[in-house]
Amino acid sequence: MEKKKVIEELKKKFSEKIKEVSVQFGDEILHIERDSLLDIVQFLKDKPYSYSMLLDLTCIDYKGQEPRFEMVYHLFSIPNVQRLRIKVGLSEKDLRIDSLASLWKNANWLEREVFDMFGVDFKGHPELKRIFMYDGFEGYPLRKDFPLRKRQPRIQMRK
Amino acid sequence: MIGNFVSTRFNYILGWARKYSLFHYPFITACCGMEYMSTAASHYDWDRFGTGWTRFSPRQSDMLVVCGTISHKLAPVLRTVYDQMTEPKWVMAFGTCTVSGGIYDNYAVVQGIDRIIPVDIYIPGCPPRPETVLDGLIKLQEKIQKQEQAWRWKKRK
Ligand code: SF4
Repeated sequence: MEKKKVIEELKKKFSEKIKEVSVQFGDEILHIERDSLLDIVQFLKDKPYSYSMLLDLTCIDYKGQEPRFEMVYHLFSIPNVQRLRIKVGLSEKDLRIDSLASLWKNANWLEREVFDMFGVDFKGHPELKRIFMYDGFEGYPLRKDFPLRKRQPRIQMRK
Repeated sequence: MIGNFVSTRFNYILGWARKYSLFHYPFITACCGMEYMSTAASHYDWDRFGTGWTRFSPRQSDMLVVCGTISHKLAPVLRTVYDQMTEPKWVMAFGTCTVSGGIYDNYAVVQGIDRIIPVDIYIPGCPPRPETVLDGLIKLQEKIQKQEQAWRWKKRK
């Protein structure tokens, strides 16, 4: 299936939910509304589009802009050999988004990573807790306003 | 007088024995481990210098070789491993990461393992070449030879 056609059908079906479609390095980027994420992703995952593989899921902190955070999803369609990127803006005051853990198993840990590093709250995630940092760690280290050298040792340091 | 002579000779002999039978425990967490492997394996073969066995139990080892980045999450583990080793024990800081935190000056990494455990020899380099490691090893052996040795029936001052 042609990629243009996928975008066209998406626009037809979710016209008011898609804010913008741009192209970078030969791959389309969809900027969408937060509340329609699950519907759009489910639509893409089903046949005939078959974006059945979640390559990566991450977050970006644009400090000083609004919305401050941006979730990025990389999808891959194995039968059509196509990639698609989905971006969702999140404001700092309301840092919540639907979890994709029900659709892809790997989203579980990827979302835990984003929660650990950025503090994004995933609705419907089965076990949302820190994955890299230890219990008792305070703050979200990949946010731009986290102090670079703020260390939180777990044991007494010698000096 | 003669007692002094005997105990000095015994100290010397103990030091000689200890420096040539350094059973080591490799505490490997990152890329420096590759360089540890090449130093320890047949090409550079640090067994030639008496760093004989690799013991994968801290209780049976004399030298703790800390290779690689130590994060704050891992710090209690390293401390426990060090505490489990029996005396006499020495620690080798292998690579810039263990010496000073290296390129990782951030929220996650311990800035030098001497903030957690005492270190006997520092080997800089990212990663250090095997020659550097062997040089460091020989320096450590010199240090052990010169050290005041402890033994069970020794009179405490
Ligand atoms: S010193 Fe360099 S090679 Fe060694 S663990 Fe650190 S980054 Fe890796």
